Amino acid sequence: MNKSLNLWLGALTALLMVAALYMVFVYVPTEADQGIVQRIFYFHVPCAWVAFAAFGLVAICGIFYLWLGQDIWDDLGYAAAESGMVFCTLVLVTGSIWAKPIWGAWWTWDSRLTTTLILWLLYGGYLMLRAMADDTPQVARFAAVVGIVAAVDVPVVVVSVRLWRTIHPAVLVTRQGGHGLEDPRMVATLLVAMAAFTAFFVWLLILRFATLRMRTRLVTMARELNLAHAAAGDF
Amino acid sequence: MDNFGYLFAAYTIIFAVIFLYVVFMWRRQARLETELRAMEARLKDVREELKSRAAPQSRSAQ
Repeated sequence: MNKSLNLWLGALTALLMVAALYMVFVYVPTEADQGIVQRIFYFHVPCAWVAFAAFGLVAICGIFYLWLGQDIWDDLGYAAAESGMVFCTLVLVTGSIWAKPIWGAWWTWDSRLTTTLILWLLYGGYLMLRAMADDTPQVARFAAVVGIVAAVDVPVVVVSVRLWRTIHPAVLVTRQGGHGLEDPRMVATLLVAMAAFTAFFVWLLILRFATLRMRTRLVTMARELNLAHAAAGDF
Repeated sequence: MDNFGYLFAAYTIIFAVIFLYVVFMWRRQARLETELRAMEARLKDVREELKSRAAPQSRSAQ
């Protein structure tokens, strides 16, 4: 990976993250009904956005891998799935922490929560497949199919607050259309936090992708080494 | 300041998870770089050995 790009992206991410933290804890007004705990949403929603984008990217990479058969798409999909899983875990954990003081329970089987948990389990399965099986084209094809099928749940999670009866607050999409944030400072804070998390996700993705490319190169070299040993008559 | 503990816990967990993931990724990358360098050196040695074995054979064939 280009080191200067890594540095610039890291600096941009840090800058946006500091700005987002300032806005969350100093700039934005406290929500009248929920109080201070509502501020969890300014990082909870961007985590969800990044997780959905990551899983969407896994599906796109899966399609390209099945179509073209190039390792690069498989590595990019794997990197996106792993980063997406980190952010999806944060969505579930921060949502649960918010729910306890507001709903009085850490978890309810609400449509938004349940579909998000299903998404987490689906990509958990994807990552288990990658971790436990060998690096063969057949496993990569299976993983591509799992990644594509699992991504079907992403739009279901997004529209679940409109499709079913739910107690989950509608921040981005309400039943009446529009969004659930009324103060423009709240919208600005959410947008800055989303930009910070998007930059952070891209940085993580590039870093993880570079590692996976390195691993693919290592596997190729190990095969070459075996062939060279065989040619030398060592086996 | 009701529920400040929940807010603090949420943000602490977010940054702790992110920090651990980045450290985990960097360590994995450093380990792979070491493995890659070792593999490159081994591959170079084997290729040179193959060349040195092939050279006398080609001379005897002439």
